[in-house]
Amino acid sequence: MFKKILIANRGEIACRVIKTARRMGIATVAVYSDADARAPFVRMADEAVHIGPAQASESYLVADRIIAACKQTGAEAVHPGYGFLSERASFVEALAKEGIAFIGPPAEAIAAMGDKIESKKIAREAGVNVVPGFVGEIRDTDHAVEIANDIGYPVMMKASAGGGGKGMRLAYSEKDVREGFESVKREGLNSFGDDRVFIEKFIEDPRHIEIQILGDQHGNVIYLNERECSIQRRHQKVVEEAPSPFVTPKMRKAMGEQCVALSKAVGYYSAGTVELIVSGADKTGESFYFLEMNTRLQVEHPVTEAITGVDLVEQMIRVAAGEKLAIAQDDVKIDGWAIENRVYAEDPYRGFLPSTGRLVRYQPPVEPWADDGQANGRRGVDGVRVDDGVFEGGEVSMFYDPMIAKLVTWGATRDEAADLQVAALDAFRIEGLGHNVDFLNAIMQHPRFRSGELTTGFIAEEYPEGFAGAPASDELKRVLAAVGGVIATADADRARRIDQQLDSAFYAPGDWTVRIGEREEGSSTYEVRLGEDAITVDGEPVMLEMEYTPGDATVSVEYGGSEEGDGEWLTLQLRPTRTGYAVTTRGATHHLRILQSRIAHLAGHMIEKEPPDLSKMLICPMPGLLVKLHVAEGDEVQPGQPLATVEAMKMENILRAEKQAIVGRINAGEGDSLAVDEVILELE
Amino acid sequence: MSANIAEMERRREAARMGGGQKRIDAQHAKGKLTARERLDVLLDEGSFEELDTYVEHDCVDFGMQDQKITGDGVVTGSGTINGRLVYVFSQDFTVFGGSLSKRHAEKICKVMDTAMKVGAPVIGLNDSGGARIQEGVASLGGYAEVFQRNVLASGVIPQISLIMGPCAGGAVYSPAMTDFIFMVKDSSYMFVTGPDVVKTVTNEVVSQEELGGAVTHTTKTSVADLAFENDIETLLQTRNFFDYLPLSNREDVPERPTADPWDREEPSLDTLVPDNANQPYDMHEVIRKTLDEGDFFEIQPAHAANIICGFGRVEGRTVGVVANQPMVLAGVLDINSSKKAARFVRFCDAFDIPILTFVDVPGFLPGTSQELGGIIKHGAKLLFAYAEATVPKITVITRKAYGGAYDVMASKHLRGDLNYAWPTAEIAVMGAKGAVEIIFRQDRDDPDKIAEKTKEYEDRFANPFVAASRGYIDEVIYPHSTRRRIALGLRKLRGKQLENPWKKHDNIPL
Repeated sequence: MFKKILIANRGEIACRVIKTARRMGIATVAVYSDADARAPFVRMADEAVHIGPAQASESYLVADRIIAACKQTGAEAVHPGYGFLSERASFVEALAKEGIAFIGPPAEAIAAMGDKIESKKIAREAGVNVVPGFVGEIRDTDHAVEIANDIGYPVMMKASAGGGGKGMRLAYSEKDVREGFESVKREGLNSFGDDRVFIEKFIEDPRHIEIQILGDQHGNVIYLNERECSIQRRHQKVVEEAPSPFVTPKMRKAMGEQCVALSKAVGYYSAGTVELIVSGADKTGESFYFLEMNTRLQVEHPVTEAITGVDLVEQMIRVAAGEKLAIAQDDVKIDGWAIENRVYAEDPYRGFLPSTGRLVRYQPPVEPWADDGQANGRRGVDGVRVDDGVFEGGEVSMFYDPMIAKLVTWGATRDEAADLQVAALDAFRIEGLGHNVDFLNAIMQHPRFRSGELTTGFIAEEYPEGFAGAPASDELKRVLAAVGGVIATADADRARRIDQQLDSAFYAPGDWTVRIGEREEGSSTYEVRLGEDAITVDGEPVMLEMEYTPGDATVSVEYGGSEEGDGEWLTLQLRPTRTGYAVTTRGATHHLRILQSRIAHLAGHMIEKEPPDLSKMLICPMPGLLVKLHVAEGDEVQPGQPLATVEAMKMENILRAEKQAIVGRINAGEGDSLAVDEVILELE
Repeated sequence: MSANIAEMERRREAARMGGGQKRIDAQHAKGKLTARERLDVLLDEGSFEELDTYVEHDCVDFGMQDQKITGDGVVTGSGTINGRLVYVFSQDFTVFGGSLSKRHAEKICKVMDTAMKVGAPVIGLNDSGGARIQEGVASLGGYAEVFQRNVLASGVIPQISLIMGPCAGGAVYSPAMTDFIFMVKDSSYMFVTGPDVVKTVTNEVVSQEELGGAVTHTTKTSVADLAFENDIETLLQTRNFFDYLPLSNREDVPERPTADPWDREEPSLDTLVPDNANQPYDMHEVIRKTLDEGDFFEIQPAHAANIICGFGRVEGRTVGVVANQPMVLAGVLDINSSKKAARFVRFCDAFDIPILTFVDVPGFLPGTSQELGGIIKHGAKLLFAYAEATVPKITVITRKAYGGAYDVMASKHLRGDLNYAWPTAEIAVMGAKGAVEIIFRQDRDDPDKIAEKTKEYEDRFANPFVAASRGYIDEVIYPHSTRRRIALGLRKLRGKQLENPWKKHDNIPL
């Protein structure tokens, strides 16, 4: 076994590898760029070597620097993590030349699977299903019909040069092909100057399901079940789970065996993942097709670990050291259900804008990297596992992937795992930058997610207008109102404990009028009474158990139970506002206006001001110099398109369009000094 | 006897109704509460004790003798906010437009005199069309009586003005001489001459809101300290604000219990100051992580944001915080920030509120607008304020403390009691680059030499140790221990005794 290994990566995956190496008694070496000098993985490793500036192209992607770091520290092997150099055959070869082991697959397998067309060919030859299609020249409509009949309906006819939805037509029958083929050809010619057409099986209700492979250098390959990663946003995985709610044992076996065959065909060893596209419309489970093979450890590997108890990093290290797999296919079981959510530094309320910056507060629901020994230490603490590479006071840097943490939960059933996610996400406290915790929480509660009816279109279909917070049930709102009353009374009680009082004969009020909602319209108002032994909301008693001390930013509440405490638990995050609290829980932030009931009727006289439609303006987020306007009046802009660049404190901040719009009036010119909240331009 | 009781009831009812239901409805329609409703929100339930309920004006001109309304347009008295005594007056716009008569002024003067005698703050709720024109010079005299009391009370009891409607002409000068002004957006305005007169005299067209609205006065002019959305928000926040203030200059700062441990460490502060000296960071984070429960009541947040001023608590006791803000203009001192902080420091000193100063200042802002605007005189205000202050002063230098601005920001030389520096502090005459360009002027065409000398200067001065070796810094501390150090320092300084030489008053460069 190796005595010392180097991790050619950063962030959470570097921590992940170090954790297992440490357990195995192997010393670790971290490599880091300027931007990561203070990062946790650097502190976690036994040694650390600086390898260059922040840009990955000058640090984490420079094989020579990694190799030099190995030599300098005497590391015998390199774990590449994912991304960076993990799928570069040339890196594996360069290491081999220096006599350094690569904790991953052989270079040939990486090369073979790295080529999209080549890998498909190999897959087909190995007996793996590939999406049926016809690539050659199609003579005429009759030929097209013949091809379509062969493939089986439905089929997609696409102009070879097409894109963006143009020159595409779906055919459910021979009739559709006859009617549509010529027009697809024409569209191709008119739009792209190319009338070649390509016919492929259309995958209905597509699901992304992948098989985890593990092999050794002695020809043994096994599969560690599947993971489903259908919930994606713009091809970026958001939620992953294992097993898949769609996969039957028979289907699992069929998929697993095909993927093992493919791995054997390319002489694969170490951990790898075969990604498949599966038609959710075909309930037989026979419509699964090869997409590609990832020759590395996947981001979402923890869900497999949680249900199998196999430490994939440990296995990779053992395989790289030449050991035989100690697990046979029959040993691989499925124990319970695991779900992973990727917590990203992107703001779902603002079109998922990337939001890098400082983590002013960062408190995950359980200690990162802690475990209670369950399933070989792969299930975190009480079924909640946090894999992260950040810390409170640290930075989510613009130089790398904006993932903050992976939150993995394990439960006996899928619902249990999802419920644990909801509870853990409620308790996940992140301040200082935008993050997607609310969005993830909303997905975890979504009835369609709970039903398991997933497709890769889930997010686009369920959130067509973007995300505005998870809906709250009437019951939840009543509980929040009651909590608001309890908090307000506690705050008032503390306030009356100030010294220098005229007399002390006054009590904290217990009658509150709580409005949930920022504006009168669409909000609900509740009368909350804190009595001697009961709390009522609009006259109905609400069972509530909570501990709150003024100043607390997080409170846990048990509601709806009886004296024995068998109610539901809820974690709330509180932020004081001028007239109450903003309370975040269950995937949304609720604005509570909490007034003493004796004065609440006066609030009705207040005139609500129409908030300016900020979505139609580009507001300067910080005082600075407008160094560049990227657009002119009348331009059409797409979401994410740069509109203006503001330099503040020698840092350039690019302000982007949040949605599609036309640029209206421009109020500022290049070279102008802007104040915060100044309107730079208007959008129509 | 019973007739008198009936008469008392009748008059009380009349006073409660002010200018009558129609005018009350009109007030509500404007989104404004009545004078009495406002006091209901501001004060503890049932605590308001009215004085001078039955006062009426004594004007006999222009038919005024037939128009008398009990109370004469202002509700005065005392009450409590979280149990602590406060004197209040609340102008009633439904009665003669809240206009100020001689008797109306006398009512205000009476509560001010009483507040002065007993040592309790005064909160004035302003909603008045101006002078009672029918009374002529008697009304003007009334204003002056109030002004005189504002001045005598200044520094003795805290005075807060809430502008909740019009406040124009001479009337503005009473709030202007109080300690803090809060305004209500869209329903309040303050100006000496209104848009109509401005139009006649200078031909400028300007709206009330632009000329004297809450936003104008809290961003551009700094006449007001805070702007709130509506009456309720203003009054509730005033209650919160009141809890920070001592009752008078004879009383200690208030103390209320907190569960926040005095020695709470904040490891995240160790990574707050970026490696790159030119990169900004938010000083609010230091402030919030130092104060109890992260609770900070900021004054004038929208004006001269390059300096932060506000109140917080440490171990439940009020402190005043002044801090340079690297996020805005690199935290530089300029005319506006100097004036803003100087007034705040003087308020704290007057009422024995300890001052915490967080320093990251690259110097004074250069430029003709500053020099010609009198930065010398205005910058001197802050210097003067810090130098004369005798309250406990604790200073933490987080990064830059350059040049004269270093001296100004509660330095040791200005009788700072505890002057701490983070390891990232740089105390120097100026930044290394600028310094080298002056010292080695003859080498300015030799970039290698300049770079080498810059490095040398940085190594020598870009740290807190040179200053610490001279005793100008009492201790170099870990950022994570800032709260503990400050809490301990404030405890030890509670017994501080320091007096300035006797004088009639000083002569701060106004």
